Amino acid sequence: MLEFRQAIREAIIEEMERDESVVFFGEDVAAEQGGVFAVTPGIQERFGAERVFDTPISELAITGAAFGAAVTGLRPIIEIMFGDFMGLSMDSLINQSAKYWYLSNEQRSAPLVVRSAVGGGGRFGAIHSQTHATWFQSVPGLKIAFPSSPAEAKGLLKGAIRDDNPVIFLEHKRLYSVKAPGPDEPDTVIPLGRARIARPGRDVTVVSAGKGVPDALAAAERLAGEHGIDAEVIDLRTLRPLDLDTVLASVSRTHHVLAVEEGPATGGWAAGLLGLVAEHALHDLDDAWLLTTGELPIPYSPTLEDAFIPGAEAIAASVRERAGVAAAR
Amino acid sequence: MTVGATASTEAPAAYLDRYGAMLLIRLFETEMQRLFLKGEVHGTTHLCAGQEAVPVGVCSALEPDDYLAGTYRGHGHALAKGTDPDALLAEMLGRATGVCGGRAGSMNVIDVEHGLIGCFGIVGGSIAAATGAALTAKREGRVAVAMFGDGATNHGYFHECLNFAKVLGLPAVFVCENNFYGEFTPMLKVTAGGDITARAAAYGIPARTVDGNDLWAVREAAVEAVRGARAGEGPRFLECQTYRHHGHSKADPGKYRPPEEVERWLAHDPLNVARERLRQLGVSDDEIADVEGMITARIDRAVENALAAPYPDPVTEHATEFAP
Repeated sequence: MLEFRQAIREAIIEEMERDESVVFFGEDVAAEQGGVFAVTPGIQERFGAERVFDTPISELAITGAAFGAAVTGLRPIIEIMFGDFMGLSMDSLINQSAKYWYLSNEQRSAPLVVRSAVGGGGRFGAIHSQTHATWFQSVPGLKIAFPSSPAEAKGLLKGAIRDDNPVIFLEHKRLYSVKAPGPDEPDTVIPLGRARIARPGRDVTVVSAGKGVPDALAAAERLAGEHGIDAEVIDLRTLRPLDLDTVLASVSRTHHVLAVEEGPATGGWAAGLLGLVAEHALHDLDDAWLLTTGELPIPYSPTLEDAFIPGAEAIAASVRERAGVAAAR
Repeated sequence: MTVGATASTEAPAAYLDRYGAMLLIRLFETEMQRLFLKGEVHGTTHLCAGQEAVPVGVCSALEPDDYLAGTYRGHGHALAKGTDPDALLAEMLGRATGVCGGRAGSMNVIDVEHGLIGCFGIVGGSIAAATGAALTAKREGRVAVAMFGDGATNHGYFHECLNFAKVLGLPAVFVCENNFYGEFTPMLKVTAGGDITARAAAYGIPARTVDGNDLWAVREAAVEAVRGARAGEGPRFLECQTYRHHGHSKADPGKYRPPEEVERWLAHDPLNVARERLRQLGVSDDEIADVEGMITARIDRAVENALAAPYPDPVTEHATEFAP
């Protein structure tokens, strides 16, 4: 069994061993514990302080330095501790890294990876719980990866490190301690931009990413067992580029699609996805809907936060409601 | 030209070449002004006429494969680092033969082959880019130089990156082109303490203020700064005091500057300073005139080539979002 945080650590170590140009830095990442979520202990000891180091609490400098290093030949992995702090990193990512390939007339790209812990459910409050992916959703030149399991995390991070483009890499906090079988081949690299069918099904397509995928899988088991509803679960893996073809192929079979996003509907990736599905497959559709958070900051109190974030139970309830069936007693 | 030599050991011919490099920038900017008014340069442009001694002096201390990050007032940065005048001029005109194929324009020039990481349209962006390039440079025995204005020293990038570069001991040289105005606002009005060099020194970085209109002074200081950075002694800082002859951008006639201040700086034009010094060193007027004729012809050719070059064709241009 592979723990999610160990999968991240293994991916970094294996890629640093494979490629001398990979460097890794951020706040407390080289410290003994290996960051606040204890993901990267021992990596500095292994590769030395020139390749793995702690930085000041300076997100502008960390991200700007990653950009400058990437366009001159290194392949930096940086950790911006909480995704919420990415507001400080945006200039170097949006204005510099994302545009370098195009603006330079393809002289060079900015191969860097920005890892961050994201998501709610941990009682961290409004400014340590957000999922920042959609802040970057509309920026050409960026890739956004959001793994759903330990095996996916390892393969996608290896894919992100080898990718020649800047990648925003999201690690859901509630997944760090998940243990599951690792990849069949330890060295599996998942290229960015291809979704996967996490559970095949006939009746309804549930699309999500990150923690939304295990939640959708749990909901699907409940729907199958209690109501005979056979849900297909699609793990997008990357929110940009978006693998629309896999979603459209599924919708053409199930005719019903639910997109589950841990974030507000307005401006989110799920609403954008349903818009594209409507554009390309309106005649395949019998139903299409969203399950998102409300249009509010993420609350602190456990009762409020639990009600705010859509989990497995909310997904199952939402499908039941649209299918017109009552919950099993 | 000898990269690391100092004035006392160098032949005047090296400085005559550098005078030519400064003149190339001045004439380039004169053409920018003319071509903008003719509608050939689009959007906006920020001219660096008056500040030429800074990029030329600094780049004269660099090896060709050292890194430079410039600003949106960056035509001089690119030319001094070695960007082909034809390719730069064509870029300004939005032509397919531009150094970035017409995709970048005046504020965003990138020339990887010549170590120009980029020119940055966001104030302070060059500081971050050079700090990151210094991580690469440290492995390679190179240095990375950031050019930026006085306005950038009020930016988070300045403070975060100087601290970052110092604690990590990076081979970065931070060069502030203090032209005493951030856009339309006097530097002293918006810069607490009023002393930019002191800000850098507060981070424990060896920092100097020099006359940015004196090519010799800039070069001497740059040679020493680059030597220290390359030797692994950590980052260095130079404040080069200078003045732009034009307003901030094409929208700005610069009327907020007192006429006597403008007069004083025009009298201290870096090209005049250099010509005087060359004469003192025994360079003849004929030799200077030869260089001026050569540079004028070079710019005329660049303008001619750029105006004759095609625009990129939106039908046949196949841009890809991602690097493969």
